[in-house]
Amino acid sequence: MADMEKTGIRIEGLRKRYGEGDTAVDALKGVDMQVAPGEVVGLIGPSGSGKSTLLKCLGAVIEPSAGRMTLGQDLIYNDRWEIADLRALRRDKIGFVFQAPYLIPFLDVTDNVALLPMLAGESNAIARQRARELLEALDVAHRARAMPAQLSGGEQQRVAIARALVNRPPVILADEPTAPLDSERALAVIRILNQMARQFDTAIIVVTHDEKIIPTFKRIYHIRDGRTHEEAGAAMPLE
Amino acid sequence: MISLAGRDILHAWGKFVFTGVGLGLLIGVTLTMAGVYRGMVDDAKVLLDNSGADLWVVQQDTLGPYAEASSLYDDTWRGILSMAGVARAANVTYLTMQVRRGERDVRAMVVGVVGGEPGLPGQPGFLVAGRHLSRSHYEAVADLASGFRLGDRIQIRRHHYTVVGLTRRMVSSGGDPMIFIPLKDAQAAQFLKDNDAIVRQRARTAANPAFSTPNVLDAVLASQSSNPYVNAVLVQIEAGRDPEQVAEPIRRWKRLTVYTRAQMEEILIGKLIATSSKQIGMFLVILAIVSAAIVAFIIYTLTLGKIREIAVLKLIGTRNRTIAGMIMQQAVGLGLIGFVVGKIAATFWAPFFPKYVLLETGDALRGFVAVVVICILASVLAIRAALKVDPAEAIGG
Repeated sequence: MADMEKTGIRIEGLRKRYGEGDTAVDALKGVDMQVAPGEVVGLIGPSGSGKSTLLKCLGAVIEPSAGRMTLGQDLIYNDRWEIADLRALRRDKIGFVFQAPYLIPFLDVTDNVALLPMLAGESNAIARQRARELLEALDVAHRARAMPAQLSGGEQQRVAIARALVNRPPVILADEPTAPLDSERALAVIRILNQMARQFDTAIIVVTHDEKIIPTFKRIYHIRDGRTHEEAGAAMPLE
Repeated sequence: MISLAGRDILHAWGKFVFTGVGLGLLIGVTLTMAGVYRGMVDDAKVLLDNSGADLWVVQQDTLGPYAEASSLYDDTWRGILSMAGVARAANVTYLTMQVRRGERDVRAMVVGVVGGEPGLPGQPGFLVAGRHLSRSHYEAVADLASGFRLGDRIQIRRHHYTVVGLTRRMVSSGGDPMIFIPLKDAQAAQFLKDNDAIVRQRARTAANPAFSTPNVLDAVLASQSSNPYVNAVLVQIEAGRDPEQVAEPIRRWKRLTVYTRAQMEEILIGKLIATSSKQIGMFLVILAIVSAAIVAFIIYTLTLGKIREIAVLKLIGTRNRTIAGMIMQQAVGLGLIGFVVGKIAATFWAPFFPKYVLLETGDALRGFVAVVVICILASVLAIRAALKVDPAEAIGG
């Protein structure tokens, strides 16, 4: 039980098959992965290796074909979904950071972040208070009333990180979060992700091709042909 | 929970307002069409109200005097006046024609009434200027909508008339302004021929061997030069009498057709303007369909432009009903903007229409409900598109 409590996310023997019969394609062939709370790991692999499929399975967007997934203390998948409301699971237990920030263009920065707790039933005042605290922590509080189009790329990505964190999910899935950024800003985003992971005890999986940030991970999962293998990263200092 | 639809509208208010204005002009046209129909109905009712009659006595088996031609001898009214329950009875003629004043002519309904007796059925009920007809010939009381003024000299057929009084909202069922002239003049205008025709008719009659006897020829020529016909006899009944009970003996003993107010209203609204109302109804249906198509297209296009945001909303746990509600609220918001613009536009331009346009509050309320329903239905297409969006689209690969 003690081990489970320390689990951010654990995946065992995860498989995903698309189609049936002769046309079936095995995108994931038994993926094992474990990320502890407060840890940031990299997930890298060539195109078509299964990264996106794995991310979608982890994000409860598509259903795996077999295996086990545990989020925090909750077994969410054991050859079938153990959770009935996947929408609530995504809202409350999983944070998403995308390649582009995909902020809601008609909401200001505060409400972009506060939207998730509001969707979870939190009052507007409390949701906005939590949003402001996170924006403060991510050093974008001064843009709290700005609209997304008024922000720089780096600021938008920090707001997106705040949105991913606002419901205190045990895991954040970051899909190429530094792709559109230059080296300095890319490293700043990774630095922030590491800070937030430690501060909020969140397990963060960063899917990336970005050579600039790969050396910063302590652990890296390589995925190829639907299978992962783990290796130690260079753990380049970020400070 | 914040209103996603409201925020989106505020964010892109220019797009919404301009789209809403365009839709509003269409809604304004729709409301105006309804107003045109109401105006026609009101004109018909005003015609009946202003006649001051409880019963319309017309030629047997006709729908006269407004919907069909009707001809009665002009002494019929005396017999009717003697019937039980009849308080007042008066001859009347109606003739829709072009009335000239100088170089200009106006489409008008010329009404022949018994001059010098205001208050008789058929007389103009009230005047806004001038006086009632007091002479037996060549005076006229005109409705303001004709554009004539006191003292104007107008021409009806061969004769000229002086406008001595002005009325308001005295119009035919077609909305043409009424011009009241003495009955004798109206009978002449309606039935008598021009001088050349009279000369030719006299020659033809004199050439007929059957009329060769001097006294007979004089009698025939005299009968040809006079007109003893009117279109209807308007009847006011005694207070407390049932119109149908008064009408029935007239039908039976005088062998004439008699209509009560309700029957005459049915003729005017149910028959005379029935085709026009169907025409307007068709316009209303087409305009409603066009409005719905425009709203559906706009909302669908706006939704397609937000597919990525919708995918993100779904991925982060937004319920389908929240997304559907957002789209539906935007459609209704667009409809509300359109309705307000349409109502203002219709109110603004209605007075400039040549015929009476009556914008009723009830129609506006019904229009409002129709707009909301149309917008909700029109949003269904966009909602279907939004609900089909896969949250996985937010994740690359």
